Amino acid sequence: MLGFPASAKRGNLLAALGMGLAILATIFLYKDNNGNPLGNHLWIFGGLLIGSVIGTMMAKKVKMTGMPQMVSFFNGMGGACAALISLVEFNHLSHTGLEGADPLYLIIIFLGLIIGSISFSGSMIAFGKLDEKIKDKVLPGQQLINIGLLSVILIIALLNSFDIVEGTSIVYVLLVTSLLYGILFVLPIGGADMPVVISLLNSFTGVAAAMGGFLYDNKVMLFGGILVGSAGTILTVVMCKAMNRSLTNVLIGNFGGGKSGVDSAEVQGTVKSINASDAAILMKYSKKVIVIPGYGLAVAQAQHVVHELETVLEKEGVEVKYAIHPVAGRMPGHMNVLLAESNVEYDKLLEMDEINPEFATTDVALVIGANDVVNPAAKNDSNSPIYGMPILDAEYAQQVIVMKRSMKAGYAGIENELFYRPNTSMLFGDAKKMLSELISELKKLD
Amino acid sequence: MQALIDFLANNELMIYLVILMIFLGIELIEKVPSVLHTPLMSGANAIHGVVIIGAIIIMGQADNILATVLGFVAVILGTLNVVGGFVVTDRMLDMFKKKKK
Repeated sequence: MLGFPASAKRGNLLAALGMGLAILATIFLYKDNNGNPLGNHLWIFGGLLIGSVIGTMMAKKVKMTGMPQMVSFFNGMGGACAALISLVEFNHLSHTGLEGADPLYLIIIFLGLIIGSISFSGSMIAFGKLDEKIKDKVLPGQQLINIGLLSVILIIALLNSFDIVEGTSIVYVLLVTSLLYGILFVLPIGGADMPVVISLLNSFTGVAAAMGGFLYDNKVMLFGGILVGSAGTILTVVMCKAMNRSLTNVLIGNFGGGKSGVDSAEVQGTVKSINASDAAILMKYSKKVIVIPGYGLAVAQAQHVVHELETVLEKEGVEVKYAIHPVAGRMPGHMNVLLAESNVEYDKLLEMDEINPEFATTDVALVIGANDVVNPAAKNDSNSPIYGMPILDAEYAQQVIVMKRSMKAGYAGIENELFYRPNTSMLFGDAKKMLSELISELKKLD
Repeated sequence: MQALIDFLANNELMIYLVILMIFLGIELIEKVPSVLHTPLMSGANAIHGVVIIGAIIIMGQADNILATVLGFVAVILGTLNVVGGFVVTDRMLDMFKKKKK
């Protein structure tokens, strides 16, 4: 049902309903090995109530542009929940005696703890970074530290599972190291990679939930978790492909922070700037305009204005389409959600493969707050860190107008030679403000 | 090693089902157009909130203070994940609904 926008909402409600049923069934029907039902109903309902109220409030309050952070935050909560479950189960087990415990059972508990903790701390860092509260940081030897830390975590868990190392306090060591790993893992990753990371952390939490399913022999948990785990992993891979980067590359974390390899060839030439009234004239007399939105559009909250521009242009008989790069914004489909919010018609949002052949017949490509996704260096400069990433072929349009706040480089931290091309003009300023100016200029022309 | 073999033998059906779920997950993503990837990620995010069930079980079985406190926190966090996840997804999908006139 999630296959179509129209039925997706129903699918979501259905899933929510199923979840509610599963929760109620667990509370009232669950029996442990000795046939005792669950107690502490007051606590359970109290927790459910508090969580529901806070969750609904947060989810209702958040702006559409803040969605990626929100998803990341809720994901972290799920991870923390999984880690806590493992923690309690381990404590429970250590009371009844660890010696006779099944090593597989212990491995499952540890995995739940490790994955859940990484997912929690990682998601919190991702949340902070997307919210622009935390900056990218790369420690010297970051890759070695990360790999080393991960190996330490796994070795401790394995040794402990097979009774080679004794002691119950080791579980807290695991908790702390896993949390630390989550932080170090996400900290150096640049904004361009955030969608991949969130998707990956999402699938982590899925796996952590599945561990819980093994633990309690609970099929709903197991299948739900595995489903999310596999779907999340595939989604992650699909996104990596869209950026032409391998998953290991993202995992070890060497992109987006400071060093971007060899500096790509210095871009020569001058930048031409254009003012709103000239840009308006240019567009008014075009047959076809393709809008390329990027994160700048989201930051400026310009989605409604861009729709207004579209309507004004269409009244003039100009064909308007949107070209959506798979990783435009901070999440896949981020631009689609934003533009859908402002009532842009679904059929006008075209994916990269569909729209690329059309640029040759386009009069004006209007780039709004996007940068790396239209950088021709991805195709012709093998030294460029984004070399090989599929891009939108805005360069083939008759005229390219780039709306941008400054000449600052994009998230990959590299120059964009497109801006220096003779057929490119820059329209400097905040996307929302410039779009409104364009609209008023267009109206004046009538 | 014996333990592993026993485990596999005892859980044969479960393992098949897990593999089935993995394929279902892959299939699911491939069917979804990329415009819906954000709501999809958010929906998947809500679904792994099933971890709440585990939290409810530990809460229900809690017999000491530590387990009660941790269990209670786990229930709250899990609920945040489920409720927040579904509400956010619903809001996002609402955006897609409106334009269908």
